Amino acid sequence: MAFGPFLLLALMEGLVTAAVLALAASGLSLVFGVMRVVNVAHGEFYMLGAVLAWAVTTMIPGPPALAFLAAVLIAPVLVAALAAAADGLILKRLNYDPEATIVATIGLLYILQQAALSLYGPNANPVTAPFEWRIQLPWFGYSGYKLFVVLAAGLVLLGLWLFMTRTKAGLVMRATQVDRSTAQAFGINVDRVYMGTFALGAGLAALAGVLIVPIQQAQYLMGHDPLLLSFIVVIIGGLGSLRGTLIAALVIGLSDGVISMFFTPTLAKILATLLVAMVLVFRPQGLFGARA
Amino acid sequence: MKHWTLHLALIAVLFSAQYWLSPYHATNLARIMVLAVFAMGYNLAFGYTGLLSLGHALLLSAGMYAAGLPAQLWGWSAGPAFIAGIVGGGLVAATLGLLALRTAGVSFMIVTLMFAQAGYLTLLYFAPVTGGDDGFALAPASRTLMGIDLSTDTPRFLTALAIFATGLLLSLALVRSFFGRTMVAMRENEERSRMLGYNPFTVKLAALTLSGLYAGAAGAAYAILFGYVGASFATIQYSILPMLYVLMGGAGTTLGPFLGALVMFALIEAATGLTTAHQFIVGAALVVLVLFAPKGVLGTIRERWVRWLP
Repeated sequence: MAFGPFLLLALMEGLVTAAVLALAASGLSLVFGVMRVVNVAHGEFYMLGAVLAWAVTTMIPGPPALAFLAAVLIAPVLVAALAAAADGLILKRLNYDPEATIVATIGLLYILQQAALSLYGPNANPVTAPFEWRIQLPWFGYSGYKLFVVLAAGLVLLGLWLFMTRTKAGLVMRATQVDRSTAQAFGINVDRVYMGTFALGAGLAALAGVLIVPIQQAQYLMGHDPLLLSFIVVIIGGLGSLRGTLIAALVIGLSDGVISMFFTPTLAKILATLLVAMVLVFRPQGLFGARA
Repeated sequence: MKHWTLHLALIAVLFSAQYWLSPYHATNLARIMVLAVFAMGYNLAFGYTGLLSLGHALLLSAGMYAAGLPAQLWGWSAGPAFIAGIVGGGLVAATLGLLALRTAGVSFMIVTLMFAQAGYLTLLYFAPVTGGDDGFALAPASRTLMGIDLSTDTPRFLTALAIFATGLLLSLALVRSFFGRTMVAMRENEERSRMLGYNPFTVKLAALTLSGLYAGAAGAAYAILFGYVGASFATIQYSILPMLYVLMGGAGTTLGPFLGALVMFALIEAATGLTTAHQFIVGAALVVLVLFAPKGVLGTIRERWVRWLP
């Protein structure tokens, strides 16, 4: 294959990574922005989404498209409910103290990972894509489902943006983000906002997991990479800035696709991780964030 | 005086343990003591200075590889390799501190996590030399000190005890010294100590470097005493473990790291018959501790009953 088409393929693969990453990272960013909580268990919500998608699609008979639709609807809701429970049982009791919540979410990470290992097992299981459709380009064929993932992620993020900017609930969340105590003084139930935000963040991660699972099999350790990448995206984009998160997801996803086509993935990861650490050290507000 | 008596009594009890413990449990205790040295180092940074790091696996593996690689490549014996490990841990800690201490709080946690992750990936990238996740076994020649084979039960136990005792007594002397109190001042109120004329950056850098010397010693001791060097010790898991030990035993207490390591080992050992879900125990312990006993065992005892506990 010539260099041009090769690069195109790398970019298309990168776009898929970017789309899924943007979904997962926007959840992390939302939780950090509104609640000031760094959720280390975020990757496990992504993993649970994928594993639950597998469970739902194997339980529901019928055409793959129907089973997958059910998974898209059910898995994120279940994960969001779990996250809401974790918020009420653990995070709220810690008064959302930043360092204590990190320790607690590390504990949650271990618990969820072990639960997946014990209940689901160590094997990776595939989920059938809802449709088999290949786009034939002049140089290579490309899975239509992957393009569907990009489209779906774009629509969900558009919906999230509309939700945050055009609805009362979004306004309440942004008010809580700007000033928690003033929001409370105006009669906003901050506890409920926090619980909803945490559930929404986890639901977004789970949805990303559901979307990726026909491409990448469901496995109990799959939450690790998205967690680190989401951290990277959220930090580069500026902690708590949704627009920055989107731009950073595109940059990181595309460059990840291109770099891992031409270099070894390990080297790409080392460079990305070091870059992010340096950004945090020398430009803590992120490359796009206005303030810390 | 009673501080020293208490600590020396613990060391004496541990010394006698080789006579009443089975070889299996004695080996486990040696392992616990080595990991407790690592946790004591973590405690100096986290418990006393308030630096919550998520990257100490980098320092442990720095010590481990600084001792293991010369032993492997150039046939260094145990003594020089151990010193190289301590120096390696301290150097990496100082470098990490120069960069990461520009940040604080949550950013510091993420930066240390990222550097540790980069370190782990680097070990994987140079797998032909480092052995990657599989690691490599140290040659017997590198595990002898002045003609004594450290891979046999009694010398291994005594060496681990000697390193542990040195670390414990040094940390007791340190936290009771003027500098130790300056470290606590950083934890309690950085701004106020700055106004009193202390430079928070240098104090924190020194504390982190000391912490790295401990981690390096633990990594090197692990490599020499148990004969294995591998990248798995650089994973995030080994950054969480010392935090867990310290939280369990009591952050900011000299004996807490050892007690925490001992309790966690006992918990996992006791649960082995019931379940293989070790990670669940670690996770549940973290959540329960942070929710119900953020001061840990000794921290609670100190608060309620024994005020003088160092």
